[in-house]
Amino acid sequence: MRNIFSLAILYSTIRLATPLLLAGLGGLLSERSGVINIALEGLMLAGAFTAATVTHYAGSPWIGLFAAVAAGVFIASIHAVACIQFDANQVVTGTAINILMLGVPTLLSGALFDTMGSTPQIPRRNLIPNAPIVIAFVLVPVMWYLLYRTPFGLRLRAVGENPEAADTAGISVARIRYSAVFLSGALAAIGGAYLSIGQSSLFTRNMTAGRGFIALAALIFGKWRPVQTMFACLLFGFAEAASIQMQGVIPYIRVEYIQIIPYVITMIVLAGFIGHSHAPRALGQPYEKE
Amino acid sequence: MKLLRQLVFPLIAVVAAFVVGGIVVALIGDDPIETYRLLIGSALSWPDGIGYTLFYATPLIFTGLAVTVGFRCGLLNIGAEGQLTIAAFATAWAGITFASLSAWFLIPLACLTAILSGAAWGAIPGLLKARLGSHEVINTIMMNFIAAGVASALTQSYFKAQGDAILETLPIGVTAHIPRLGTMIPRLPERIPVNLAFVFAVLACAFVHLFLWRTTWGYEIRATGASPQAAEYGGVSVKKQIVLAMALSGGLAGMVAINEVLGYRYRYYQGFSAQYGFTGIAVALLGRNHPAGVLLAAIFFGALIRGGLFVDIFTQNVSKDLVLVLQALVILFVAAEGFFRGPLRKLGFLKRSQV
Repeated sequence: MRNIFSLAILYSTIRLATPLLLAGLGGLLSERSGVINIALEGLMLAGAFTAATVTHYAGSPWIGLFAAVAAGVFIASIHAVACIQFDANQVVTGTAINILMLGVPTLLSGALFDTMGSTPQIPRRNLIPNAPIVIAFVLVPVMWYLLYRTPFGLRLRAVGENPEAADTAGISVARIRYSAVFLSGALAAIGGAYLSIGQSSLFTRNMTAGRGFIALAALIFGKWRPVQTMFACLLFGFAEAASIQMQGVIPYIRVEYIQIIPYVITMIVLAGFIGHSHAPRALGQPYEKE
Repeated sequence: MKLLRQLVFPLIAVVAAFVVGGIVVALIGDDPIETYRLLIGSALSWPDGIGYTLFYATPLIFTGLAVTVGFRCGLLNIGAEGQLTIAAFATAWAGITFASLSAWFLIPLACLTAILSGAAWGAIPGLLKARLGSHEVINTIMMNFIAAGVASALTQSYFKAQGDAILETLPIGVTAHIPRLGTMIPRLPERIPVNLAFVFAVLACAFVHLFLWRTTWGYEIRATGASPQAAEYGGVSVKKQIVLAMALSGGLAGMVAINEVLGYRYRYYQGFSAQYGFTGIAVALLGRNHPAGVLLAAIFFGALIRGGLFVDIFTQNVSKDLVLVLQALVILFVAAEGFFRGPLRKLGFLKRSQV
């Protein structure tokens, strides 16, 4: 058991929690404003692919990261317009974006690099292995402050809980929701970018492998609160780190059983067995101005 | 006229998706018209095009029906992917374990295993929603991952051939194989994998239609979907209907295993599902949550998958992932139909507000 709690596993826990945390905080903003965001997976893919591609051409990971943010916001704006402007079903739209982002990077990489969905290797000096980790963990207190100590945060929570009342108080429900969904696209894209130009050195087909959904699980496990979401991400990161570490250590337990722990925990939390987890009251409901 | 109204938005969505997809094709340097000609032409040729189109449509009919039944009860089952994964594994298990039985017993047994295991996996989020009020969308997403993990672990532990590098089970017994349609239809070659499961899929459409619109349970499911409060007031047990709808939905998704395991690959194969569960959402939406619409929409998507393979080979830059993009665009345009409502109303197409 000693090697499970070593320094190495602590570092890999933090590393693996980072993309979850970035996407999770993004999803938190969107959901707190009342817009379900199961498109996190697709937004991360958009960020990962854009970051790797632009870094390859521009030679600078910071330009790549910036482009990834722009791509995340752009894709999120599709979700936002469909859900906020045209009252589309938010889960359905999110699913569409996930499918779209499975296709688009592969389609583009075929055209740009003549590959089956991967980008060329990026040289080591052009990677940013640590900056996104710092960004992610610094964002936790920032997000807390934003949500609970600023007028924007108050409005955001009001719009997610009771849009009618917020509207009556003169807050533009649509504008708040748009900004929340845009921000969620930006953050999820940074999380994706970290995967392609931080942890590894290229984009591969479907490289998020469900992390967007784990991020969603983490923010629900964290009861839609920034600090709790961070702990949930760390726990899920630890589960992943441990499952990598324990591969073959205990022959009778398959790693799959460790990998599914975050999902099982989320279901248990959602069922109300570990304290009650209340979603924002207006989550998933389009708001029509009277 | 009513039928025409039902068809307007799906048709507009498909056209809009093709237009946007065409722009994408042009941007990456291929001729959109030529690409679409390849896509559609290769899907409609006889016998290969149509045979394969129907083969690819089969799982989508099942998942489309699964999503439809959920939708009609006001539930969004995005767990069809997990339900069909568990069902495929369970079906392979039945086909391997009872391989000594004759076909007359084994095929019905395996089919029943597919339906019941899918139904059980689907009923869990239904029960959680009915009993504890936890949202089915999150639970079904979680159970998709759990299904993939469990099926993979069980396959590796108990059912994998020694030294097989691919994550798949041993083959099922020969008596569990269901016949390909080529053995029954004179001019259809046997090499085309469309099989008896397609017939089951068409029958399932009829069954779902009769169930939803001709039985008490179906009525109660639709009443629950239309307005849970009103249904409860009218004496319908909403909780029971939620569990029933999710179980039925899961059972339909599970029937994908009949096509895959009993009719095509004759084993469980990890990752066999090319997003069938999620495409099922597109199928149900495009089919306007009606079994007949689902059948048409599934055949349309089946044609896209078939055509996509040809586009992949015969164009310079476009890969088969164009199909994913088209699917996503169709979902977006169907979901946000308000986008087209304004212009159509201006042109006088929508006299009444309901379409």
